[in-house]
Amino acid sequence: MGVGSFFTSKLDEAIGWARKYSIFQYPFVTACCGMEYMATACSHYDVDRFGAGLPRFSPRQADVLFVVGTISHKMAPVLKRIYDQMTEPKWVVAFGVCTCTGGFYDNYATVQGIDTIIPVDVYIPGCPPRPESVLDGLMKLQDKIATQVQRY
Amino acid sequence: MDGAAILDELRARFGSAVLETHDHRGDHTAVVGRRALRDVLTFCRDSGALAFDVLMDLTAVDYSKFPGREDGPRFEVVYHLYSIAHNHRVRVKVRVDEDDALVPTANSLWPIANWFEREVWDMFGIRFDGHPDLRRLLMYEEFVGHPLRKDYPITRRQPLIGPAH
Repeated sequence: MGVGSFFTSKLDEAIGWARKYSIFQYPFVTACCGMEYMATACSHYDVDRFGAGLPRFSPRQADVLFVVGTISHKMAPVLKRIYDQMTEPKWVVAFGVCTCTGGFYDNYATVQGIDTIIPVDVYIPGCPPRPESVLDGLMKLQDKIATQVQRY
Repeated sequence: MDGAAILDELRARFGSAVLETHDHRGDHTAVVGRRALRDVLTFCRDSGALAFDVLMDLTAVDYSKFPGREDGPRFEVVYHLYSIAHNHRVRVKVRVDEDDALVPTANSLWPIANWFEREVWDMFGIRFDGHPDLRRLLMYEEFVGHPLRKDYPITRRQPLIGPAH
């Protein structure tokens, strides 16, 4: 390992550490999972402990797209556009089973998993997922952010 | 006015245009011919004794796979009427065939019918004669077919963007 790669890997660690505690989320809330998202975000479970306490309601200011709730085919272009409007680096969390696979909405109207439209980093299944699962997913996302190798 | 009296009133006024009436657990229904539908609905709204000022619901039923009804007219368009003044209700139905799925619009009687009729067009493919803006309401423009028809395959996917699943 040369001196150069030593410095870049240390720099990666520093950037990853900084980023994982400054998650600005964009909550794309379409359905009942939103209630569970709110429960997680409020003081009892407190996502601020993980540095994710400030949702930004503009995709241009957000790092993590939380897709919370059923996505219909009519809504799909909107979701894609929101994702495209976010600046790099960006991550996506599929919150709830509808966003993971379509859930029990196996019908004409529902997108069968948002990963058919946009890339997803963390899947949090559940109908809706308990706050504990959400926090678990958030910590998994933090691990992913921390260990990510940067492009220079 | 109780339900049976409402049906009597409709029968007395429209005679054979009221094809059949029935009463199921206190819900009274009149099946009327399509040609008389507009007059029946107008009468229901404007007659002082009936005064149905609210169109609670306008929907449709596809009977193509209903046991015993496979050979009859395919669709039934259903109007649920309610009167605030008299606190009474009635249900009016009209039967239409698939190749002639056209019903006069109730738009000018109850403006709420505008979106109800768009939904019925979207889901069942029944057209409404005289409707000012008969576009899809729930599905997107490019969607092909009418998903609540019984012959629409339950597994068919029409993604707007992204790969098919």
